[in-house]
Amino acid sequence: MVPLNWYLMLSAVVFMIGVFGFLTRRNIIIMFMSIELMLNAVNISLVAFSHYLQDMRGQILVIFIITVAAAEAAIGLAIIIALFRNKDTVHVDEMNEMKG
Amino acid sequence: MTNLTGFIMPDLGPVMPEIVMTCLALLILLSELVIKRKETIAFFSIVSVAIVTYLLAGSTGTTFNGMFIADGYSLFFKLIFMLNVILTVLISVKYIVIEKVNFGEYYSLILFSTLGMMLMASAGDLITLYLGLELMALSTYVLAGFLRHDIKSNEAAMKYFLLGSFASAFLLYGISMIYGLTGTTDLHAISSYISQKGLSGNPVLTLSMIMFAVAFSFKIAAVPFHMWAPDVYEGAPTSVTAFMSVGPKAAGFAVLGRVFLTAFGAARIEWTGILIPIAILTMAVGNIAAISQTNIKRMLAYSSIAHAGYILLGIIAGTSEGMASVLNYLFIYAFMNIGAFAVVIMLRSEGFKGDNISDYEGLAKTHPLAAALMLVFMFSLTGIPPTAGFMGKFYLFMSAVSAGYTWLAVTAVIFSAISAYFYLRIVMYMYMKEPKTAVQLSASPGIALALAITVIAVLLIGVFPSKVISVARIAAGF
Repeated sequence: MVPLNWYLMLSAVVFMIGVFGFLTRRNIIIMFMSIELMLNAVNISLVAFSHYLQDMRGQILVIFIITVAAAEAAIGLAIIIALFRNKDTVHVDEMNEMKG
Repeated sequence: MTNLTGFIMPDLGPVMPEIVMTCLALLILLSELVIKRKETIAFFSIVSVAIVTYLLAGSTGTTFNGMFIADGYSLFFKLIFMLNVILTVLISVKYIVIEKVNFGEYYSLILFSTLGMMLMASAGDLITLYLGLELMALSTYVLAGFLRHDIKSNEAAMKYFLLGSFASAFLLYGISMIYGLTGTTDLHAISSYISQKGLSGNPVLTLSMIMFAVAFSFKIAAVPFHMWAPDVYEGAPTSVTAFMSVGPKAAGFAVLGRVFLTAFGAARIEWTGILIPIAILTMAVGNIAAISQTNIKRMLAYSSIAHAGYILLGIIAGTSEGMASVLNYLFIYAFMNIGAFAVVIMLRSEGFKGDNISDYEGLAKTHPLAAALMLVFMFSLTGIPPTAGFMGKFYLFMSAVSAGYTWLAVTAVIFSAISAYFYLRIVMYMYMKEPKTAVQLSASPGIALALAITVIAVLLIGVFPSKVISVARIAAGF
């Protein structure tokens, strides 16, 4: 059996990749994918804990997270499209209408 | 697993206001198809809120195995949310016509967002907390970008969305660590597990508390997770800004209080160590950055950041008196902040933005009543007696002093003295300068009613503060 630590390490690494991607990439779509990566990292650790503790709560939360992530993707892409129609860009550095 | 047929229906009594709210919000969403006059939909949404408020009184208790708690604490927060919806709808009716976004979904999104806040206030379990938070946040992202053809509004929605989902990923990581550590997501079970096993000081617990602090600081716009607030407040439609500055902030404090005081009650020393620097930084950055603003919505955004810093003092105090002063302050804050935004909305008319501070020059000469109202709200936000803002700050700082954080209260008073500069600058512009541009006020019965409610509440609570604080004291005794 794969020990719990391995799952937790995988989860931490994937989460950190997500954080790093979010902070360094400037393309909205890629930033958005980084957030999804972070959420899935959490899912890995929750499922691992759930299996290890023999408790269903973690897996229930994972189902909820996946559902919410789908809703979030729908709204996020809608906002990106609305933005793209007004300004032909998906780069956050070019989003500078407001300063101060 | 063996008892599949023995399904026991949970007690739906405590959750009845939320169920009714869901049904009414869906109904309003559908009614958009048949009702052509959008004012009717606005009226319906106020009626729905009135029905839900009526139901709130009779529904207390814990249900769904402790996942949903309807107690005095959540009831008080829900009253703030209901108030927030009513005032926001009143100030929106004419405004969204001027902005040419007069769609019915606007009202149902506000109701869905409020439903999320209600779930957050009642969350007894981290799963309910997360779901409420996301329902609130997703509806608010859409509302922030409601001016579809305005690039500023798109940008506001985009920034709010990206940083909001980033913060909720941190919340989830915190939840997963707590789940791994304690084997449960129930707030009371977490609390008893931590105190039984003597886990305070455990690095995993501290790390997950930091994660929670990050996510909640984002929701209440506390430094260093405040960067979204000025941009989003400026870009979003002003009525939505008013809604956002009160609702999600109050909901953020509701979960902050519930999670840190209930679940992490045994690890108080650690989390006060996290929250004290956040509170000081929030007051400092909010008040100092507000000084140099030229846009009134941005200025009010920094002001709302600063207010989050003051309110954190009540949480840091950690006593039920501190929590009562937080509830009291949020209640007062709802009136004074929405009142100020109502005046900002009045200045917006066809072809005139009216959100620059210079637009307020000489307002007292052209529109003395609007200027006088703005004066009251600015005095209240500064905390000058006899307005409610003074009493709110008084109780908040007193609770910090009696919990032994005198130096923190002194710091807060110093920063609140700095805040007088930018609030009173508006007053100075209105009363001591000559009008440059002819400002057209777009008054409507809705705004008039909202302004009347807010100004009367601000003055009345300022003169007779004991009623609200005594109710808040009962509510905070959880």
